[in-house]
Amino acid sequence: MTTTDPTLSPTGPVGDRRSSGAGTGTRGTRIIGIATIVAMGWLVAFGLGFSPEDRDQRESVRLLYVHVPTIWIAYLAFIVTAIASVMYFFGKKKSLGWDRLAGASAEIGTAFVAVTLVIGAMWGRLTWGVFWQWDARLTTTALLFVTYIGYLAVRRLGGTHEQRARRSAVIGMLAVLEIPLVHWSVRLWRSLHQEATVLGTDGDVSMDGLMLFSLFIGVIAFSLLYVWLVMHRTRVMAMEDLLDDRDLDEALAARHAEAEPVVAAGNEEGTA
Amino acid sequence: MNTLQIARLVAAKDLRIEWNSRVFVNQVLPFAGVTMVIFAFALDADSVLQRVAPGLVWLATLFSLLVLVQRAFAVETADGALDALRVAGVDPRAIYLGKAAALGVQLLVLEAVLLFAAVVLYGQTIPAGGWVLLVTTLISATCGLAAVGTLYGGLAAGFTGRETLLPLLTFPAVAPVLIGATRAVEAALGTAGAVVSDGWPWVGLLAVFAVAFGVGGALAFGPLIDE
Amino acid sequence: MEDAGFIIGGYVLTFITVSFMSWRVLRAGKRLGKQVPDADKYWL
Repeated sequence: MTTTDPTLSPTGPVGDRRSSGAGTGTRGTRIIGIATIVAMGWLVAFGLGFSPEDRDQRESVRLLYVHVPTIWIAYLAFIVTAIASVMYFFGKKKSLGWDRLAGASAEIGTAFVAVTLVIGAMWGRLTWGVFWQWDARLTTTALLFVTYIGYLAVRRLGGTHEQRARRSAVIGMLAVLEIPLVHWSVRLWRSLHQEATVLGTDGDVSMDGLMLFSLFIGVIAFSLLYVWLVMHRTRVMAMEDLLDDRDLDEALAARHAEAEPVVAAGNEEGTA
Repeated sequence: MNTLQIARLVAAKDLRIEWNSRVFVNQVLPFAGVTMVIFAFALDADSVLQRVAPGLVWLATLFSLLVLVQRAFAVETADGALDALRVAGVDPRAIYLGKAAALGVQLLVLEAVLLFAAVVLYGQTIPAGGWVLLVTTLISATCGLAAVGTLYGGLAAGFTGRETLLPLLTFPAVAPVLIGATRAVEAALGTAGAVVSDGWPWVGLLAVFAVAFGVGGALAFGPLIDE
Repeated sequence: MEDAGFIIGGYVLTFITVSFMSWRVLRAGKRLGKQVPDADKYWL
């Protein structure tokens, strides 16, 4: 019995099962998305164009307007992962939303660290003449990258969503323990190597006003990008989990359906 | 039965299994020894070997750690022994401390053997003033390595395709131990002009690491192995 | 601008990476969105 009355939404026994095919976009993401594109445009304009060259680093300072924001936002992402891990692990309700936030944030953070390392290597090539140096910051960043690759690998171990969430939450919290330890040990280690002029990779140079502004734009642009990516990725993960559960339910239902005729036949024989 | 008593029982069980099977003596120690030898093939010059000997000792230790941890948990998963312990209600912290202790004992033996190998193969000498630092380093580094190894070993154990997760998780986590232990041993041996007093800050770092991961590991072990 | 190759190359690499990540997440969103009922989409 169907009706064309638009005020009534047809519902079946388990609610409205129709899909309009809508994706993960909403008004919120569209606004943030447009803001991101605008900010990125400004970053390119200022980073590559309007900002001046540096006194010491010359043009290579332009790479810092990407390199520095990506590592800062990556740290932010990993802090979010840690907090979300805590919220999941110690929360009463064990809401998987926190787990998905932790996972999405870690994925994006790891990708940003990769960008940091690549851009940093290019900057190093221009400034120091080498793609890589075992200074404190680079070494710690490389270890940070590998640590979260490990976190992402643990998320893929399989099992139920709750198992994934529990394991990842523990690894996510342990990472917060590991990172300072790595940082201190590497710092202490490299400080023994008397680096004369350590040009810090976040430009410990006196920054001209426009340069500071370009850096600021970069931070804004990558922050917006991070938020946009996290929103979409968590929604995609929610759908993936839902479909996993639905497939599981369907498989179980199919298994039950197979079993019933046999049970019925057995009962008949038993009562005969 | 309190936690420590259970831990002692678990540790004794692990060590007894090792003693009876002789895997440690027949396979792990030779593996570590062979590693020390092939380092020499790769690093051609004697002067280089002498300079990096402490680092090579700890590298060989780390590689052997992977083997030891996998062994420690293979005995558990073979017949579902670990699951049985958990289902019986045994405190996971006790299991963790016991297994870590057994692992630590094996590691200490391994490190002593490797140091001896370094003396023989890489021309190292241990000055009289360096012994205290050396022994303290060995103990504090071992505690840290055992703590991390047992923790991630529990997670990586059992399922095929999980074993390769162990080095990926373990190596970044024990980087501070590798750095600190190598520097401390260099100080104890007087490598490249280091003096014994240089080593003690590193031992401090190793101790902090061991405590941090010992406590963190004991707390995290239960949730990680509960499937 | 000297070293223009590296610098512009760095920006290009970054934007390729970022665009790829964005495209992948949007595409997954569309693909899964067709299979999941709207009632289950908490953001709508």
